[in-house]
Amino acid sequence: MKNTIKAILGATILGLAASAASVASADTLSDVKAKGFLQCGVNTGLAGFAAPDDKGEWKGFDVDFCRAVAAAIFGDPTKVKFTPTNAKERFTALQSGEIDLLARNTTWTLNRDTALGFNFVGVNYFDGQGFMINAKKLPGVTSALQLSGASVCVQSGTTTELNLADYFKANNLEYNPVVFEKLEEANAAYDSGRCDAYTTDQSGLYAIRLTLASPDDHIVLPEIISKEPLAPAVRQGDDKWFDVVKWTFNALVLSEELGITQANVDEMKNSKNPDIQRVLGTEAGTKLGTDLGLENDWVVNIIKGVGNYGEIFDRNIGAGSPLKIARGLNALWTKGGLQYAMPIR
Amino acid sequence: MSHTEFYARDEMAGDERPPAAEQGIVAWLRKNLFASIPDTILTVVGLIIIAMVLPSVIGWAFINAQWTGTDRSYCATVAQGGIQPEGWSGACWAFVGAKFQQFMFGQYPIDQRWRVMLTGIMFVALLVPMLIPTAPRKLLNAILLFGVFPVVAFVLLVGGVFGLQYVETARWGGLMVTLVLSVVGIAVSLPLGILLALGRRSKLPVIKLFSVIFIETIRGVPLVTVLFMASVMFPLFLPAGMTFDKFLRALVGVALFASAYMAEVVRGGLQAIPKGQYEGAASLGLSYWQTTGLVVLPQALKLVIPGIVNTFIGLFKDTSLVTIIGMFDLLGIVRQNFSDTNWASPQTPISGLVFAGFIFWLFCFGMSRYSIYMEHRLDTGHKR
Repeated sequence: MKNTIKAILGATILGLAASAASVASADTLSDVKAKGFLQCGVNTGLAGFAAPDDKGEWKGFDVDFCRAVAAAIFGDPTKVKFTPTNAKERFTALQSGEIDLLARNTTWTLNRDTALGFNFVGVNYFDGQGFMINAKKLPGVTSALQLSGASVCVQSGTTTELNLADYFKANNLEYNPVVFEKLEEANAAYDSGRCDAYTTDQSGLYAIRLTLASPDDHIVLPEIISKEPLAPAVRQGDDKWFDVVKWTFNALVLSEELGITQANVDEMKNSKNPDIQRVLGTEAGTKLGTDLGLENDWVVNIIKGVGNYGEIFDRNIGAGSPLKIARGLNALWTKGGLQYAMPIR
Repeated sequence: MSHTEFYARDEMAGDERPPAAEQGIVAWLRKNLFASIPDTILTVVGLIIIAMVLPSVIGWAFINAQWTGTDRSYCATVAQGGIQPEGWSGACWAFVGAKFQQFMFGQYPIDQRWRVMLTGIMFVALLVPMLIPTAPRKLLNAILLFGVFPVVAFVLLVGGVFGLQYVETARWGGLMVTLVLSVVGIAVSLPLGILLALGRRSKLPVIKLFSVIFIETIRGVPLVTVLFMASVMFPLFLPAGMTFDKFLRALVGVALFASAYMAEVVRGGLQAIPKGQYEGAASLGLSYWQTTGLVVLPQALKLVIPGIVNTFIGLFKDTSLVTIIGMFDLLGIVRQNFSDTNWASPQTPISGLVFAGFIFWLFCFGMSRYSIYMEHRLDTGHKR
């Protein structure tokens, strides 16, 4: 009897292990093509990155990346279904195959790349933890190093809290953390003056500034105390799918470098510039798209669907949005930033 | 001969009017608000608090509120990048207005929302006569409500048959999710809870053991854990490609959780029934099920109406916890929309939360009033 139970248990565990392996080695591109849509994991709600608009449609920087991948595969940016995932669920959702792609402001770390079994396709947003202070309340403070003895509002349960502790310890400064469970609570406490400073990712600080009573009084300090390279991720072990997503990202940045926009992409197809011809698949006898498992005009579809990297940035989080985040590190390498696309040739 | 007249009054004299000090508003005030010195002090303090709070609440919620608008600028002051004057503070009902459909239906396809509306109307049309004791044809009504309606509602909401577009549950949200979760939870937990309570008091060891283990396991674990297991752990145990709908998993989790609590509430009622009732039923020759159905349960359930409704109300509010597994009930979708930069302003979060609170209050208050009505109606044997 005992042996029977053991045998059943053993078989179950083996079965589970085998099924986990089969998820990892599946041909995601064929699966996605077969089911006719891309299943994309996004944030449950992060200003500028993934949020529903008035009609309930998903909008945002990460959302547009999902749409770009859908456009590359299907020529149609609407063939994507979004799965809102929270910080804890996101990895299981990708591992279990519930989603094909995770575009959810996820920091690229070694642990996630190895132990969790993901592949990160490239940094689509260079973020970093920063500080915001009320310049009227603390006149003369221009650097986080002057924040000795300050009380700092922070959300609990994130790496933000740990980075904060590390930074103040490393610089031998005293501080009082005021920890909140919910974002709105932290915002309200900071706005009412309970803390001298607020810390979270810089992209988040800009979003929070929108909800403050007098936003112009608040400044974001220049120090970045942690590197948060946000990158879309796919499951490890499916190189073909990894390539599709990785090159979609490169195509977005490269199009900005080459000046291909949503408005002029049709005109650009007649361009004599060999670089542009290669990217848009108008070069004679090109196989660049089909080698990826896509159509040769895949980049045309991406740009027609969502625009280039710069346009996506501007529309969702940059100058064309209420957030008005400066390009900063996310400017092209030719303009003093870090966004650098691998050549498509 | 003298003539004596008798006067016999053949009707009662009318009541005298009470003294002026004992009637009307003045008397009511004296009796209820100024009966003693401590009462008077409390009344005055209460009035002062109301006078301090009420004007600003009314001012915020109605007078200064922004009722219409298309983006954040309508709910932000000039310094915040909007159109309102400096120092303005009012509710941003424009945000609630713009997002109202989403708060009700989530991301259910816009051209398919009539299906949700129709389901809701059918539910109300069947539930209301069920709740009114004098309405006729209870049996037919019950068959329609508990037998036919769930099937129709499932077909209407999910679709995929009869030419109805398939709507995956990931797109459900808002009040719709709150109501589906709580209605199914309530409908499942009451019968299941009664069975578990009877099982726990059963003399059959296997049934008793099973009931005790089920109840104590589920009650010993927070709902968050149950939902989390259902959403995060469960898929890892399933073979690849085999997925159960996340909403269904949450629904089962919520229903089982509520059943365990309901079982203990009902058990409390069962224990309050005197032994004489069982013996009386037995001496009449009633079987176990007859005793239970005709004698014990009607009395036991009547006793625990407040406890049952308390569990219902708790369940209704607990559905908000599904937010942690990436599903959006009313509160979840309101909070999710705070991240829409198009509407981010200092007044947006508080307006949204007040709205969500008001909707929750409406439903809970309704349930609580109905339970009080039922208690009074059924209060036949214990009037004091």
